[in-house]
Formats: sequence, C-alpha cells, structure tokens
Amino acid sequence: MSVRPQPVLSRQSRFSIAQISLPVIVGCIFVAAWHLAVKASGSDIFPTPWQVCLGLGDLARQGLLLKYIVASLFRVSWGFGLAVLVGVPLGLVLGWFKLAFTALNPFIQILRPISPIAWIPVAILWFGVKDTAPIFLIFLASVFPITVSAMAAVQNMQQVYLRAAQNFGLSGLPLFRRVILPAALPQIITGIRIALGVAWLVVVAAEMIAVNSGLGYLIIDARNAGKRYDLVVAGMVMIGLIGLVLDLLVRRLEKFDEVRWGYGQR
Amino acid sequence: MGNADMETSPVIAVRDTWMSFPGKTADQSVHVLERVNCEVQPGEFVCLVGPSGCGKSTLLNIVGGFLNETRGEVRVEGEPVSGPDPGRIFVFQENGVFPWLTVEQNIGFGLLGRPAAERAERVAHYLQMVSLTGFEKSYPRELSGGMRQRVEIARALAADARVLYMDEPFGALDFLTRLKMRADLIRIWQAEKKTILFVTHDIEEAVQLADRVLVMTKRPATIAEEVRIDLPRPRDLDSPGYLEARDHIFSIMGMDARGGGATD
Repeated sequence: MSVRPQPVLSRQSRFSIAQISLPVIVGCIFVAAWHLAVKASGSDIFPTPWQVCLGLGDLARQGLLLKYIVASLFRVSWGFGLAVLVGVPLGLVLGWFKLAFTALNPFIQILRPISPIAWIPVAILWFGVKDTAPIFLIFLASVFPITVSAMAAVQNMQQVYLRAAQNFGLSGLPLFRRVILPAALPQIITGIRIALGVAWLVVVAAEMIAVNSGLGYLIIDARNAGKRYDLVVAGMVMIGLIGLVLDLLVRRLEKFDEVRWGYGQR
Repeated sequence: MGNADMETSPVIAVRDTWMSFPGKTADQSVHVLERVNCEVQPGEFVCLVGPSGCGKSTLLNIVGGFLNETRGEVRVEGEPVSGPDPGRIFVFQENGVFPWLTVEQNIGFGLLGRPAAERAERVAHYLQMVSLTGFEKSYPRELSGGMRQRVEIARALAADARVLYMDEPFGALDFLTRLKMRADLIRIWQAEKKTILFVTHDIEEAVQLADRVLVMTKRPATIAEEVRIDLPRPRDLDSPGYLEARDHIFSIMGMDARGGGATD
C-alpha cells in the first residue's frame, strides 16, 4: 500500500509565472485604457492614473495617508473583532440548540436584510459622531454573515462525525470542543472572510458621514473641498488595495491543516 | 473471561424486533424490520447480508444504539441497548475518521483519559497492526480510501472496543483494496479476538469473512436463514466448500449465481 504522490507543490510553482504575470498584464491594460480615455475625453476634472499617483504622494507627504488608513483599520478592527466574538458563539449555539434557533432565527432574518447604511441615522442618534458610530455599523454589517455561516456549519455538519464522537462517549462541552467546533471551522472561516469584505465596504460608507478621518472621509472631503478628484480616486485605490490585502490575510487561515479538508481540492 | 456464564451468553441478542419509520401519514409508516431474531456469540464474526435497502443497516444501527426499535428487545453484553457505548465501536461506510486530526490523533481519539505514555504505546501498536506506521502525522485527506478505513478500524481497536459494528466499511473501495482489507480484517480479528457484526450486500464478501452469515429477506426484512461457514482461514475462494456456501446464499436470495448473479 503506497501513498499517492502529492503534486500540489510542483503544480503551484509551474503556474506561478502565469499567476503573477497575467494579473499584471491586465492591470497595465486597464491603467493604459484609463489614461487614454481621460485624454480622449479632454476632462480636466477626472484624473489620469499619474495624477492619482501624485495625489497619493501629496497625501503621504502631509502624513494624511497613513493617518487615514490607520483610522479606518482601527474602526474595522473593533467592529469586526466584536462581530467575530459575538457571531461565532451565537451561530454555534443557534446551530446546535433547536429551541434557540426557533426563537431567534426569524428575528435575525428580519434584521439581516436591513442595510447598514439604513442604520446610519440611528447610529448617529445613539453614538454621536465619535468612532463608536462607525464601529457599531461595521459590527452590524459583519455579525450576520458570521452568525449565519457558523449556524449553517453546525446544522450541515456531517452526521457521521457526530455519531463517531457519541460512540466514543463524548457529550456536552468536550463534544463541542473536540468535534462540533473543528467540524464547523472551515465554513466559519469562509463566513469570516465574507464578513471582513463587508466590514471594509461599510467602514468607507460610515466614514462619509459620521467622522472626520479615514479613507471614506478622505473621499467625501476631497470632493467637497474643491473637487479634488485625484484625491477621490486615490482614496478609492487605497480602499481597493487594502481590501485585497485583508482578503489575502484571511485566506491564509484556510491553509491550516486543521481546516484545509473543508475546502475541497484546489 | 474465566466466567462460564459469560462464555455461553451471547454478546448480542435480538428478540422479536420490529422497526417502522413514520411515513407521510400515520397509516403509511414504512415497515423495515419484522420479527427479527438473532444472536452473536463472544468472539464470533457474523455477517448480515440482504438486498439493498432491506434494513440491514437499520438493524445494525439499532444494535449500535443509534436507533430505537419500535418493538422487541435488543440486549448487548447482557444489557438493553440505551445508546452508543465506547466499548462497542461503529465503523461507518462513509468513513468517520475526523479530517481535522492527524492519523495518530484519530487513532488516539478514544484514549484521551489515559496517561500519555500508554496512549502513545497503544497508538503505535495499532498503527503497526493496520500497516500505517510512517503516516502518524498525515491527515486523512492525504490518504487513500483504504488507508482511511484502516485508520477508523485502528481507532476502534485502540479504544479497546470489545465489539465492532461494521456497516459496509469496504463498500466505497476498489476491488483489489477490498480484497486486501478483508484479509487484513481477518488477521486483526484473529489477533484481537473481537466480536464483529458486519453488514454487507456483497455475498462473496460475507462468505470470505464470516463464521456465520445471516441472510435477510426483502423489506419488511426478517432473517431468512442462518448459514454457518465452516471453512478454514485463509479461505480458498475456489474451494468447493466456498462455492457451495456462496451459491446457497445466492439461492436463498432468489438468484442463480451462474446466471450472472449480481452481488449488488
């Protein structure tokens, strides 16, 4: 009996050239098309890529770029962190205890489709224009995807794991810790990834209204104070790049041996 | 072991057991088992065969404590069954090895209350018994189907299970692996003296493995006949005794082995 060889590593290295060069080529085409389109239209308001780069340089020199990024990340960390702390246990409980599910699920399903944007006036009323308001909005936006994915993970767990665990005499907390949580973890991490994307979307929206720092504030302030569209687009670019980095970071969680089984063959 | 009563009383005793599942309406309930009677003696290897969907897995799940019979009495090791028990481990068709644990963590799963040294020793012993030494740190996704199934068997043995319930454990494996797994299982069973109740729809598999084959009828199922396989092990699959026992079971199930009798 021999183990099958694992071509995973060699295959990755074979594709790595394409994996880097293809996106770079697409990016170059996009930037070139953008530049030509601005030139062709003769617009003096919408910036070329180069003007955006200059704008980013200005922001960096004034120390605003780093300050705003830190401010936005600070709010996301709090709102998203709280959402994980609340959403994962809540979802596990809802998935496991039928009574809790029956009692709370309709309520959650009613709250869930209400856009975080709709909560902005309420958040300002409750928390004023301090950091608390955007943190609350980010929490609201990300807690539902996390809760729902943890809940579904427990409900859709393969029954054979549960039976095997019960066969070995596990129940209560040890059953939860040794089998239910690890069985649900891959799907929980997927929910956390989706929620982080949503949290990042919402921080920008929240900062456009409630506060005076952050990348969302930068965008709305640059437009209001003299139609600085180079800075508007600079803010957008930074939001996109940081969103990409955040997603890559969470994706690393999916590489751990304890959860890799849950993501099929990739 | 020395107790004379224990030697003679059956490990598993199923008496007049009926099982129905509720249907769409109360009078449409599905009768799966009808007046089933059977016994398994200590150290015996018994196979349950029957047509697909006849209820043999249902019977095994009742004996294993995962289902409650509708009527009748099921006693295992002298006690009425009230649920699954760590001394009697189920080996699942769909493989119940935990994918988030390594091979050695899986095999040691039922030993967490034991001292670390004893645990390591037992894990190493059963790793070797199922020929998986060297794969201690592998994860189940890195193993073939046959290797995963052996991890599950080792996990049951390491936990000191006295009885193994096996529900078509080799059903998902390819033909050659299945043959090898049967030989391995017999070797392990002879070394460990476990009581095994083994469900399969494969008549050849049953005749290769069992001391006794219980042949079930179509649904609502009952035990049609009990066939004792008094053949020396390792069994010669061309011997007249083997072929005779196999053809006899085919004929009980209403099939002619020579007429292209499908085992499925």
